Amino acid sequence: MKIVVCIKQVPDTKGGVQFNPDGTLNRAAMLTIMNPDDKAGLEAALRIKDATGAEVTALTMGLPKADDVLREAMAMGADKGILVTDRVLGGADTWATSTTIAGALRNIDYDMIITGRQAIDGDTAQVGPQIAEHLGIPVISYAEDIKVEGDSVIVKRQYEDRYHEVKAKMPVLVTALSELNEPRYMTPGGIFDAYDNGEVTVWGRADLKDVDDSDLGLKGSPTKIAKASDKVRKGAGEKVTLDPQESVEYIMSKLTEKHVI
Amino acid sequence: MDFTLDKKHEMARALFAEFAEKEVKPLAQEVDETEVFPRETVTKMQKNGFMGIPIPKEYGGQGCDVLTYVMCVEELAKVCGTTAVIVSAHTSLCADPILTYGTEEQKQKYLVPLAKGEKLGAFALTEPGAGTDAQGAQTKAVEVEDGWILNGSKCFITNGKEADIYIVIAVTDIVEDKRGRKQKKFSAFIVEKGTPGFSFGTKEKKMGIRGSSTYELIFEDCKIPKDALLGQRGKGFPIAMHTLDGGRIGIAAQALGLGEGALESAVNFTKERKQFGRSISAFQNTQFQLANMATRMEAAKLLVYQAAMAKQNKPRYSVEAAKAKLFAAEAAMDVTTKAVQLHGGYGYTREYDVERMMRDAKITEIYEGTSEVQRMVISGDLLK
Repeated sequence: MKIVVCIKQVPDTKGGVQFNPDGTLNRAAMLTIMNPDDKAGLEAALRIKDATGAEVTALTMGLPKADDVLREAMAMGADKGILVTDRVLGGADTWATSTTIAGALRNIDYDMIITGRQAIDGDTAQVGPQIAEHLGIPVISYAEDIKVEGDSVIVKRQYEDRYHEVKAKMPVLVTALSELNEPRYMTPGGIFDAYDNGEVTVWGRADLKDVDDSDLGLKGSPTKIAKASDKVRKGAGEKVTLDPQESVEYIMSKLTEKHVI
Repeated sequence: MDFTLDKKHEMARALFAEFAEKEVKPLAQEVDETEVFPRETVTKMQKNGFMGIPIPKEYGGQGCDVLTYVMCVEELAKVCGTTAVIVSAHTSLCADPILTYGTEEQKQKYLVPLAKGEKLGAFALTEPGAGTDAQGAQTKAVEVEDGWILNGSKCFITNGKEADIYIVIAVTDIVEDKRGRKQKKFSAFIVEKGTPGFSFGTKEKKMGIRGSSTYELIFEDCKIPKDALLGQRGKGFPIAMHTLDGGRIGIAAQALGLGEGALESAVNFTKERKQFGRSISAFQNTQFQLANMATRMEAAKLLVYQAAMAKQNKPRYSVEAAKAKLFAAEAAMDVTTKAVQLHGGYGYTREYDVERMMRDAKITEIYEGTSEVQRMVISGDLLK
């Protein structure tokens, strides 16, 4: 069984966020981490690998320095990495990104593709389902649990007030929630292996299959950013000291006031 | 010369720092307060490969280098001195001598489970009457037909009651030198917990590293097999000294981490603490103190990393190890003490980590060779 996990190197919000003049993120200037939902997806794939011996490939699109996030994936246990990087792919929105990644995925065999639900930088949750659409395979989003059964996967899909259990034949794309699991740590030996012996294949525009230039990069992105901003800090809140009975009444009145109940 | 770390060492540091922050730091205060060995943390470190970092993969280790191991001890010590010394004593004082001096059978039997972290290691040289004067050790091993009989006791043994495998140094022969003076000849042995005649004495109540299991080991007609002998008979003293050279680099890394951890706490605290209407970091005394502390820790780091590289690349590294331990331990004691001072009254309470770090730092000037011993090693090399 072959699993491809799409991962993204995202800004570590602890280190502050910086923007380019055009409103896109200045990725080169920021500390980075593996996107948390993607990391949970990778962990899910590695658990399937532990149980069944599946081959796990990590794939990312980004700047050349995104090589690091692939090494991190390999230090956790992924077998190999693919880095899709090219100047002409820069500034891509979700449409151009999913087109690019689908173009890369057409080169390789897979039974399951796992992506994170969404990245903490853009928060769109669009790329995973769009990739599935480009490739013409089913997608199950918001996975809380992934099980493999014969040639199918059974996914517990989070829904607002319940969950769905969805079964699909492979090949299939699943988008993972960070609640899916607690990702493992890298091992020190895994890090050494990833850098000393790890295999990262680098692909550019020319390696993408069945894609049109007009769908790539900033030019191929229908999204135009009007304004981008850092997280807005929440207010300090309100602190009250009341006895238990009064507290209940106070909370109920506030919840009613805010139309929560 | 380029002092920047390459990417794999940077990533390894990030791993150790994340683990320390998430898994070790939340328990550090409790481990100190209750003096309970952090077994759960050791199990987690085992799962993540931290117990065999510099041991080759063919013996169950991670196949990394000495520098990576040193950075692990350093990052652990930034948040918990106890956890750091558990890894250091296990790796440097037990796994390392078996890797260096063990037979293939001994490596398979003892080193593999040690490097995988399935078993914990310890090293026993010190005795009540033999500290810095290690030659004063009295524990004896007498050869019998099918093995050795150990008698005597060892004290202040790190990982004491928690370990499974012990390196024990004992007198095996008395020889006369040219002038007719009697000289003890030592040998090193690998002893397993549970061997009849091997028991534990007093648990030490310590000033710092209070979760570390420090015990007296007692051997009463303890019979161990022939193949328990590590290295050659009569070569136990050089084996012990060479092992301690490596151990000192681990303790130097522990001291480094303690100092760096205290410095970080002092920086954060002085920015937040307000007196006379402004942060105390706005006062020049604070700024100069912090500058001195940072400079001292940076110098310690260079010496410690240099010693790690010397162990990686050179057959002898006694002097580099001694300098690193001497400087890092004294820097840690100084910097943790200053960090407490900068915290004022709060720093003297057990609510703040710097209080514990200052107590933990003191031992780095004492164990695995006191600062005075390190000066003897360094000057001995200068004046030879």
